[in-house]
Amino acid sequence: MGEIVLSEVRKSFGGVSIIQGIDLVIPEGEFVVFVGPSGCGKSTLLRLIAGLEDTSSGTISIDGKDATKLPPAKRGLAMVFQSYALYPHMSVRKNIAFPLRMAGVSAEEQERKVQAAAKVLNLTPYLDRKPSQLSGGQRQRVAIGRAIVREPAAFLFDEPLSNLDAALRVSMRQEISELHHTLRTTMIYVTHDQVEAMTMADRIVVLNAGRIEQVGSPLELYRSPANLFVAGFIGSPKMNLIEGAEAQKHGAHTLGIRPEHIDLAEDGPWKGTVGLCEHLGSDTFLKVEVEGVGQINIRVGGDVPLRHGTRVSLAPQADKLHRFDTAGKALVPAV
Amino acid sequence: MAREVSKGRKAAVTLLAWGVALLIFFPILWTFLTSFKTEGEAINSHPSFLFFDWTLENYETVNQRSDYLAHFWNSVVISLGSTVLGLIIAVPAAWSMAFVPGKRTKDLLMWMLSTKMLPAVGVLVPLYLLARDTGLLDTKTGLVIVLTLVNLPIIVWMLYTYFKEIPGEILEAARMDGATLSSEILYVLTPMAVPGIASTLLLNVILAWNESFWTLNLTAANAAPLTAFIASYSSPEGLFYAKLSAASTMAIAPIMILGWFSQKQLVRGLTFGAVK
Repeated sequence: MGEIVLSEVRKSFGGVSIIQGIDLVIPEGEFVVFVGPSGCGKSTLLRLIAGLEDTSSGTISIDGKDATKLPPAKRGLAMVFQSYALYPHMSVRKNIAFPLRMAGVSAEEQERKVQAAAKVLNLTPYLDRKPSQLSGGQRQRVAIGRAIVREPAAFLFDEPLSNLDAALRVSMRQEISELHHTLRTTMIYVTHDQVEAMTMADRIVVLNAGRIEQVGSPLELYRSPANLFVAGFIGSPKMNLIEGAEAQKHGAHTLGIRPEHIDLAEDGPWKGTVGLCEHLGSDTFLKVEVEGVGQINIRVGGDVPLRHGTRVSLAPQADKLHRFDTAGKALVPAV
Repeated sequence: MAREVSKGRKAAVTLLAWGVALLIFFPILWTFLTSFKTEGEAINSHPSFLFFDWTLENYETVNQRSDYLAHFWNSVVISLGSTVLGLIIAVPAAWSMAFVPGKRTKDLLMWMLSTKMLPAVGVLVPLYLLARDTGLLDTKTGLVIVLTLVNLPIIVWMLYTYFKEIPGEILEAARMDGATLSSEILYVLTPMAVPGIASTLLLNVILAWNESFWTLNLTAANAAPLTAFIASYSSPEGLFYAKLSAASTMAIAPIMILGWFSQKQLVRGLTFGAVK
């Protein structure tokens, strides 16, 4: 249960085309993350799968059945919203039981499933509270609980962690990943945060302007981005993109090199002066003005005695260079 | 940071607020006091505020001359009837405008409200003729229909602004959870909108209770509510201030008591959407 196939899915609002022909197969049990900048259509795509928006054309099938025209309730999917969307007038228990109540499940069965979900999510002490009496993380867990009890074919998450503070976000991220390992149910997760995408996904779908730029595992995208957009979007800090003479030397229009793939060397090919210098303890991020190349970000170890104005010599790792043509497409081989 | 307010300034503002409140309340207080005066005392050019011979004779006369309870009952039926009928029409209308708006929803709302800008007398003749020809003149049914139509734009607007405050995602969550349209409205929207529906109901009962243009022009004896009851004491042959005041006091007392007990709801309804 839980294979989702999109073919030629399109969506326009008025005259504006938001989703421009998406083909995607999400196998059963996979954790897929839709990632992209705001306005790229990732949330719209999720809402199309959920049935909260109608497709303009194309088909969506769930477990081999055409679900394009089915209302949300008939698709067997559960969704967790950014704003949690809990029912404020109902207790946690009633919130979690709501989908069961709508499905006409007996009261005893409802209670049994609510207790089971509450146990998994550590919500048992809070079952009689109202959502307003819970913290952000607890609310998000209630929303997940409401999704779990339905035993859906797939879970849809729409930026579920963006309302939480940084520390809570990390722990909830891990909780959701663990939940996926326990349930082994298909999960589709929308985020604009590439760190969330990298850490949680089996496969990442990078979207831009309503189109898929690339689909692959986090490390595939990191190692071999298909184009400049993916190269710039995946990885933190961002990949350095160099144009001009230095790129032409390698037979490319644009040359890409990640900050962690540039070493400080005694006698490297690039010479420059350190500008901004950020010591994080574990890492040091440097902005170096390299002669004939431009400004380059590099990431080196924590213990480097460098300061603003220090002269350095840099050596990019030759096998980690990425080459792109004038259209921004990756050239093969990369080096 | 809270703004520092000096004690003197605070006292001055408090005094001013009391002053304005008393100024607004004074006519009602004066009517109330006059209703206990004799007719002679009531038109005295040097009226006394509290030190006069208190009498209940005006109330006795008013009760003898007209049937207060019949008018009261008409007012109750007309104001409650028109409000409930209005809500039945307005809830689905406001729901669709708030959650499935079309291109022209805003225009439609403005157009509905614009009907309130038209002077009522502008449509008096056509409405009067329609009421006459359909046999609805001087009937409670006729007044319920007219007052429903008159207040409908306000009911729809109030409910619309209230529903707009309910996040659409909650209704979408209900849809994802398998709720049909009717269970979505019954179990999710309505419980969340109860305070808004209550303030709309209260405000419209008050508006309908106090409405005097249509109630005076479309009724004679059978369906006349309390507004007509008051008006019957302002006769061209000469005013009887004390009796008029007694009638007014009796007419406004029920709605003032209702208003007093539902202040919180009313203020919430009137200032709705102002603070978010």
